[in-house]
Amino acid sequence: MIDATGMPQSAVVIGGGSDIARETLRLLASRRLKSVLLAGRDQHRLEGVAAELAALGVTTTATTYLDVTRIGDLEKFADDAAALLGRIDLVLVAAGDLGTAELGELDAPRSAAMLEANFVGPAAATVALARVLRIQGAGRIVILSSVAGVRVRRANFVYGSAKAGLDGFGLGLADALEGSGVEVMVVRPGFVRTRMTAGLDPAPLAVDAPEVAEAIVRGLETGATVVWVPAALRAVFAVMRLLPRSLWRRIPG
Amino acid sequence: MRQTYRRELLSGWGRAAPSVATVARPRHGSEIAGLISPGAAVPGARIARGLGRSYGDAAQCAGGLVLDCTHLDSVIELDEGSGTLRCEAGASFDALLKLLVPRGYFLPVTPGTRFVTVGGAIASDVHGKNHHVDGSLGAHVDELVLVAPTGSITCGPGRESDVFAGTCGGMGLTGVISEATMRLIPIESSRMLVDTERAEDLDSCMALLSEERERFRYSVAWLDALASGRRLGRAVVTRGDHARVADLPSREQRDPLAYGPRAPIAVPMAPPVSLLNHPSISAFNEMWFRKSPRRRTGHLEQIPGFFHPLDGLGGWNLLYGPRGFTQYQFVVPFGAESVVKTVLERLSKARVASFLAVLKCFGPQGSGYLSFPSEGWTLALDIPLGSRDLVALLDSLDLIVAEAGGRIYLSKDSRLRPELLKVMYPRLSEWAALRDRLDPAGLLSSDLSRRLGLCGSDKAAA
Repeated sequence: MIDATGMPQSAVVIGGGSDIARETLRLLASRRLKSVLLAGRDQHRLEGVAAELAALGVTTTATTYLDVTRIGDLEKFADDAAALLGRIDLVLVAAGDLGTAELGELDAPRSAAMLEANFVGPAAATVALARVLRIQGAGRIVILSSVAGVRVRRANFVYGSAKAGLDGFGLGLADALEGSGVEVMVVRPGFVRTRMTAGLDPAPLAVDAPEVAEAIVRGLETGATVVWVPAALRAVFAVMRLLPRSLWRRIPG
Repeated sequence: MRQTYRRELLSGWGRAAPSVATVARPRHGSEIAGLISPGAAVPGARIARGLGRSYGDAAQCAGGLVLDCTHLDSVIELDEGSGTLRCEAGASFDALLKLLVPRGYFLPVTPGTRFVTVGGAIASDVHGKNHHVDGSLGAHVDELVLVAPTGSITCGPGRESDVFAGTCGGMGLTGVISEATMRLIPIESSRMLVDTERAEDLDSCMALLSEERERFRYSVAWLDALASGRRLGRAVVTRGDHARVADLPSREQRDPLAYGPRAPIAVPMAPPVSLLNHPSISAFNEMWFRKSPRRRTGHLEQIPGFFHPLDGLGGWNLLYGPRGFTQYQFVVPFGAESVVKTVLERLSKARVASFLAVLKCFGPQGSGYLSFPSEGWTLALDIPLGSRDLVALLDSLDLIVAEAGGRIYLSKDSRLRPELLKVMYPRLSEWAALRDRLDPAGLLSSDLSRRLGLCGSDKAAA
């Protein structure tokens, strides 16, 4: 069960091998986390995170291969997760793929694959797990959005538009689940120095994965619906949203 | 009879960690067995609920069935000769006091609110300001009827005493209490004769509470938990007993048992943010301390003002805003006074604002396996949730309490680390064995029991 300070005892993580997921789980393991199911495509990474969590006192750690773009697998995945963990306190949706925004490299299949990996798949997986949480009558869903989706930039417009979709999906789901005992939190990090962004020039106000993890845990504690990382980005984007397009399109990176 | 059940979002008095359950409202005690038996119409776990005054998640059952027992509130027998009351477990202390006080009787133990049910009070084995003299509620229960999944059992201190010991303080996890027989205490008047005294620091507060303990039936201290340094633990200590007719002014002696608690003024809605924050609580505490007399003896007070001051403001828990609050209540043995001091120091240092901290002395422990009160000092603090680093702070306090041989009160808890439960409650395994006998299929569970792994079936799930 989630306690009064928002700390979960069990978690399902989609994109369980990601740097942000790993750091978040490490923090939660120092609090109340006792069982976890890590799902993702990189079995080797998943097992590394699972081994570390076991060393930190998480008594049940399991990993499973999951490709969120294989929509047909998702309902069964949710049922299996519920059967394995008994109760799912927290769902962390951290799957994503930066892809490309070079017009020369984009074609229909590649852009569709990016939208599926960053929006369609994560949203569909969340729906499947939200069904389980509603039946349970309690739970928390944390969706990793991005400031890239707050106002989409030319530099990563496919990824950004997928995150914009996922962000809106998350907020709408939060409202739809009002009164069900299930709460949703949408996390909007800025540039995070992770494996996914390796090789890119960091944007201003760049953060590392542990800072995002801390913000997520604090958001669980305070019951936030939207979390910006770093918090200053909220004010920055209040202005960014209002910039004329002629200026906006000249923002580099 | 066809019943329609609705799914409802339920929380405890602290309004944190709500969950949805199907709620059944039995109208007759005979319906309970059907609702908790293995073949019941609604599948899943189940737990009884009274007036929802447990601060945490004791009367919630996410995804399962909650039996709201507040309609099972009949008085079955009031024996005015022997001073015993037999009633259904959904009867509220509020209703019982309105019945009993004008007849010259008082409930043997009353917690800080009269809006609790008899069943909930027994399941929490509640204590009052008279614990040092009279013990907890379980000590005054002659008999109760427990509807367990394996059947109904009539138990008491001399009959099925292990079932009784597991049910008093058993958090509703041994079964649903359907009725109880309590011994009442006779009173001559509905007033309290009260001494009030200010204590400038913790040591003098503790001295006031412990000296001549037996002389005062009721005693308690309100602490300014925001005071620090030399003023740490400054308090207003009130001690008293039921007034006799001779203590009343002559014009009141004609109707000494008049009792008419005012209907509470309701907080209309939850404000979007907590109104109880550091500045507001600090100002309140200062005012409360200053308005209290330095020393006043033999003052007459009404029952509600003395026992249930917060009941005057209905829904005061809403003032904590959407994140709610928790109550941190622990007991440590005599000799571990430094723990009380350390807890106050740490909370004061972390600038955790606590509204109305309460300190009192407990007498010897009762028979309940999971009963909270044990001989020593108990401190209760209301703490707003949602602030940073509260988890780590409270976790560190738990360790200090556990090391001193103390424990946390489960009816107030909403965040204890499960591993500490067996350290704090050494009779946990006896209780668990009894529970498994009464509920072998593990049908009874609550959000509290799942969170703490209290029942065998919960451990598998957690």
